Amino acid sequence: MTSPRGQIDISGVTKRFRIKDRPLLALDQISLSVAPGEFVSIVGPSGCGKSTLLRLLAGLERADSGRLVKDGTEISGPSLDRGLVFQEPRLFPWLTVVQNITLGLQNQRMSRAERRRGVAEHIDLVGLAGFENAYPHQLSGGMAQRAAIARALVNRPEVLLLDEPFGALDALTRARLQGELQRIWAHEGITMLLVTHDVDEAVILGDRVVVMAPRPGRIARGVEVDLPHPRIRADDRLVRLRNDIILGLEADEASTNAQRPAAA
Amino acid sequence: MTDVAAPNGPRIAPSVHRGLVLPVALLAAWELSSRLGLADPRFLPPLEIIARSGWHEMMEGRLWGDLLASLRRDLSGFGLGATIGIALGTVLGLSRLADRILTPWFNGLKQIALVAWIPLISMWFGFDEAAKVVFVALAACIPVVLNTQEGVRAAPLPLIEVGRTLRFSRTQFLLRLHLPAALPSILTGLHLGLIYAWLATVGAEYFMAVGPGIGGLIIAGRERFDMPLVLLGILILGCIGFAIDRMAGWIEHRLIRWH
Repeated sequence: MTSPRGQIDISGVTKRFRIKDRPLLALDQISLSVAPGEFVSIVGPSGCGKSTLLRLLAGLERADSGRLVKDGTEISGPSLDRGLVFQEPRLFPWLTVVQNITLGLQNQRMSRAERRRGVAEHIDLVGLAGFENAYPHQLSGGMAQRAAIARALVNRPEVLLLDEPFGALDALTRARLQGELQRIWAHEGITMLLVTHDVDEAVILGDRVVVMAPRPGRIARGVEVDLPHPRIRADDRLVRLRNDIILGLEADEASTNAQRPAAA
Repeated sequence: MTDVAAPNGPRIAPSVHRGLVLPVALLAAWELSSRLGLADPRFLPPLEIIARSGWHEMMEGRLWGDLLASLRRDLSGFGLGATIGIALGTVLGLSRLADRILTPWFNGLKQIALVAWIPLISMWFGFDEAAKVVFVALAACIPVVLNTQEGVRAAPLPLIEVGRTLRFSRTQFLLRLHLPAALPSILTGLHLGLIYAWLATVGAEYFMAVGPGIGGLIIAGRERFDMPLVLLGILILGCIGFAIDRMAGWIEHRLIRWH
């Protein structure tokens, strides 16, 4: 048996941006390892660089220093073995659901029949059967995001990167899709990294929650969520973990604000 | 109050009817003024005479041949101009280098009035059919280039990032993203191109060597001081222009289903 794939190793990664000619340290010496098949949630206030970290892993941006490695190979650009789901569905408005999902497979060596089968399977997986020929403007926000998840999964990536995928959805739809994502993760057995600002979402889904802090973007702490999947929102231990993380975030914010006048 | 609530469907008919009010009123005024002797019938002949002239030209004259010649000229010029326009617009929209080198030129050239090209085109292509088609193509090409360029360049960045994560090749970016994203703009350009092409067809027939065509028909009418024939030609030009515009609008609407 081959060893499971989907291992991620981030070491000493730094990323700077220039915003209006002023340098901004978006990520400062980030190191993080994710095991194959692990579900890691990354939370933090806005500006902590969590989305930047995900974009680096997707290969959409390059790090200024440090290394990002997947299964022993350095990440140098986008790849079909790392799927990415954005906050907005980003479906192509001129293509139907089926055509949008097939877009994921067009650079995969496979026969037409295999391709069709793969797309159909993933439409079932995300619960979009019956909407194959709908155009994006005919879908609700939740359905569009399901299609986007299917498009990212249809290549059977070893790592799925999710950048606040449910951030724009209403509470009910978000809860339902979180449940679906747990099921999909269990079904596919792949590594998932979820960036979110929703602590509830982070603890429900993650085996581990990585808490980041801003200015400069860095990892503040990691919290293990040692509870079996699928999880129930009302679980006492989950609620306690969630409260701990929120208290920690508040403390981080207080200390960042305390430092700022001193630095000025 | 109940009939206020009727939404779509039946509204279309009244709007068409309302659009007909002005032309019908004008025709009535025309007919009345020539019948009542308010206008000199040599300059504004009654409609009946124009209709008779039209009937005559249709049955034994050259009307069909002229119409066909004009439409063929119009469409071949448009086809040539649109093809060049889409290709050039795509290159200008995608390549920053081509854009830097060619766009200033293009913007300068398009300031030159279209008819000012006629002497140059005549010297290059002669006075015959080829020159006319080139002139029509030039007219059609300009709006197509401008709109295609704008549309191709405006492909949304979020979708470009999706393409990058899915490892799109250059061709896939072009065919799957840039061209479909530009389609509404391209169709607007083609629509304008069709209108310009028809105007240029008439222009070419007026200003270049006389040959078969509605423009030629009108000039023949002028030379014979045959006012009904002149007016008939102008009415036909207007109707064809109107029909082309309507048809283009309809096709545009059908092709952009996702809106």
